[in-house]
Amino acid sequence: MKMLASALALSVALVSPAIAQDLAITGATVATGDGSEPIQDATVVVRGGRVVAAGSGVAVPAGVPVIDGTGKWVTPGLFSAVTDLGLWDVGAVEESDDREAEASPFSASLDMSVAINPASQHILVSRMGGVTRATVIGQPGSSIFSGQGAIIDLGEDPDTVTRARAFQFINLDETGARLAGGSRTAAHALLRNALREARDYGNRSGIAGTASRPEAVRTGDDLPIDPRMVDNETQRGEDVLLTRFDAAALVPVANGSQPLYVQVDRAADIRAVLALKNEFPQLDLVLVGVHEGWLVASDIAAAGVPAVAFALDDLPVAFEELAATQSNIGRMKDAGVTVAIGPFTDDFQPRFAPQFAGNLVGLQKVPGATGLTWGEAFAAITSVPAKIAGMEGQAGVLAPGAHGDVVIWDGDPLELSSAPERVWIDGVEQPLDNHQSALRNRYRDLDRSELPKAYDW
Amino acid sequence: MRFAARAALLACAAAAVSACAADQTGTQSASAAPPVSNPYPSTYAPYPDRPTALVGATVFDGLGGEMRNATVLFENGRITGVGDASLGVPAGYDQIDGTGKYVTPGVIDIHSHLGDYPSPDVGAHSDGNEATSPTTPEVWAEHSVWPQDPGFSRALSNGGVTSLQILPGSANLMGGRSVTLKNVPALTVQGMKFPGAPYGLKMACGENPKRVYGGKGQAPSTRMGNFAVNRQTWIDAQAYDGTDRDLAKETLKAVLDGEIKIHNHCYRADEMALVIDMAKEFGYTVSTFHHAVESYKIGDLLRENDICSAVWADWWGFKMEAYDGILENAALIQNAGACVVIHSDDQDGIQRLNQEAAKAQAAGRRIGIDISDAAVIGWITHNPAKAMGIADETGSLEIGKAADVVLWNGDPLSVYSRPEKVWIDGALMFDANDPKRRPVSDFELGQPGAGDVK
Repeated sequence: MKMLASALALSVALVSPAIAQDLAITGATVATGDGSEPIQDATVVVRGGRVVAAGSGVAVPAGVPVIDGTGKWVTPGLFSAVTDLGLWDVGAVEESDDREAEASPFSASLDMSVAINPASQHILVSRMGGVTRATVIGQPGSSIFSGQGAIIDLGEDPDTVTRARAFQFINLDETGARLAGGSRTAAHALLRNALREARDYGNRSGIAGTASRPEAVRTGDDLPIDPRMVDNETQRGEDVLLTRFDAAALVPVANGSQPLYVQVDRAADIRAVLALKNEFPQLDLVLVGVHEGWLVASDIAAAGVPAVAFALDDLPVAFEELAATQSNIGRMKDAGVTVAIGPFTDDFQPRFAPQFAGNLVGLQKVPGATGLTWGEAFAAITSVPAKIAGMEGQAGVLAPGAHGDVVIWDGDPLELSSAPERVWIDGVEQPLDNHQSALRNRYRDLDRSELPKAYDW
Repeated sequence: MRFAARAALLACAAAAVSACAADQTGTQSASAAPPVSNPYPSTYAPYPDRPTALVGATVFDGLGGEMRNATVLFENGRITGVGDASLGVPAGYDQIDGTGKYVTPGVIDIHSHLGDYPSPDVGAHSDGNEATSPTTPEVWAEHSVWPQDPGFSRALSNGGVTSLQILPGSANLMGGRSVTLKNVPALTVQGMKFPGAPYGLKMACGENPKRVYGGKGQAPSTRMGNFAVNRQTWIDAQAYDGTDRDLAKETLKAVLDGEIKIHNHCYRADEMALVIDMAKEFGYTVSTFHHAVESYKIGDLLRENDICSAVWADWWGFKMEAYDGILENAALIQNAGACVVIHSDDQDGIQRLNQEAAKAQAAGRRIGIDISDAAVIGWITHNPAKAMGIADETGSLEIGKAADVVLWNGDPLSVYSRPEKVWIDGALMFDANDPKRRPVSDFELGQPGAGDVK
């Protein structure tokens, strides 16, 4: 016991979090992330790790250190919707890659939060690009369900996961159809069966929020207990397809307490996903991918289902994306869909978000295309993805009470020439160095005359 | 029509390479060696053009020159004048107001698989890697190009791409011959072939060949195996006297004779250095290292050997060879005095080569390497043209060059800009203001989204 206590003390000492600093940035161009246009000569104040105020005419409270933001832009940190941050090192090095579990007997129960590595270069590189929060999901391996995603912050501390098991992810696109056995019909049958098995399992297992047990008392942003932990019942029906873990993991999806992110592209497939709400009214859906969303934009808007959509794909790379266009997001937005730019997985790195958003602004000058205003485009990589992740007003926005995630840029953040200069997460200033910056520093000159480059660090 | 024929002749003369000469002489000896060196000749002819004056724009000439409020003239498919506002507009020229806009040479992608890996990306279309033998110099990329790939039109309308090199993929040490295309819609690949452009040979270092063939339990399964197979193949090619036709050795002999350019997929600095030695061992030169993410470590070596680096701005992390990729790569290469090309290897990236160049420029600026906008435009125009052997014909705005021209609706190094008009050999092939001046491939016709602005 004594040993345990000292071990705990040691670990606390090692991981003691940096203390949030109060700060104010004045004289900057401030984009609050809420969809509004940038404000000239504005001020941002952060105290105790939270935003206190942002805008013009904001007074700096006495005692708060001031940073001169003249000539700079100040924004909330970027919120990247649907990333694979922290789950892999090198794509072609299988051992380093926890995104996919092709040979696993489990699917829906896979919990990304246990694998996320806060020291991953992908997190460090993204942080250098101004990304401060993200949702994380794996890739489908053995099933249409790729598992339970997490919400993370990208701060330099081990406390990365803000919310584990924040949502379930399912592929109902061509990939899902192949994984389910070869067709879209198989994917839909598998999904319906899974939800019914989950409902049935939930009803017998004593999981909170099901018929056998009332809703758990929630105290705020606490996590409900992992349903897998409460059940020792092994007796189940004879024709079940899901493992007990997977069935348990889908209980919160079936009862609507955990959002279901659905990867889907073709217009007809999107309609089929929206129609699931007729059968399973409690489903809390989010569409992901959505290449042909613009063709069914009014349906998506009417269903009140948000979307995380590709920004720039405009080729019929698959038959399910024949109508792909860079105007997709703009047209959905105009139809009333809550739409964020994403997903950012694999080679679509989260730090590319500003370039994607900037391109949608550029579309405004192209006859026949539908783009976004600057404010809308910036919101699509900050406040909107935060809202979709259930953090509306908490992240991706410079509003009183929001996390103190602040980025100072050397210019318009959506422009190709600009980059973050300083980044804070929860009011803690973050290091912006990584493997790439160290290589850059080493090879800034090619002088190898005194000693090999290996001594240059 | 008359103009078109004349321009095509000009193109052949200007490029002055062996493939053109073969048009006239090849048939004489068709029944015996030497073989017809140009058996699939270009049938490309420029489309009808009008004498055009672009007036008042900022002009980047592709060679590092920048002029504000400039005038660019072209007629009969050729640039006829580039100068300041004092350059008069000749009678009969259509005058286009370029105020607030920018003019550059047509963008050139040195590394594309459009047509060989077209959209839709389905197995039936997978024609880019003849992954059945580690060396396949006998295959020609042009025999795989599907001219109906919708990717060509997106590269034109969003990227201002007027010429592009289609390479075989990187599964093989020697993947086959490349083909250089004019980015015009055509029913046949011959209708797109850049007249007189030299062939390239695609080679690949490192992980891909050893993975593909090692996975089959055959050589090469290691990097040393890669070199052993390459060297033996070159030794065999050196011994080839051309008596009996051998497609593979014909290509390799043409490399050794300096007629075919080497485009070598190679990420790592140490491997590039080994390839440079191998090229010296067998007496050929490397035009360009593609995907050269570690060129920044050996900018001096690349400068000394006059080898271009074709790079992305910021691809990283997808394989071990790419793990040391940094944003400052292009700027550091340029700073070392070596040749930079921004390439795509991607049907999406080819639509934004200008933006990739801008990102790479900005990364350099942040570490104190200030490269002018005009020089950066050269990364996607003149430098690829030079590396592909077509710089006598395109890649810069100079009198006599092909009128491959992009009018941008704003600064091409800004994320907010797009091509407004694109001319190829003086013919207006894209106009953002004219919905009909936008190609729709056969595949897209009658499908959802056909003819959309994309």
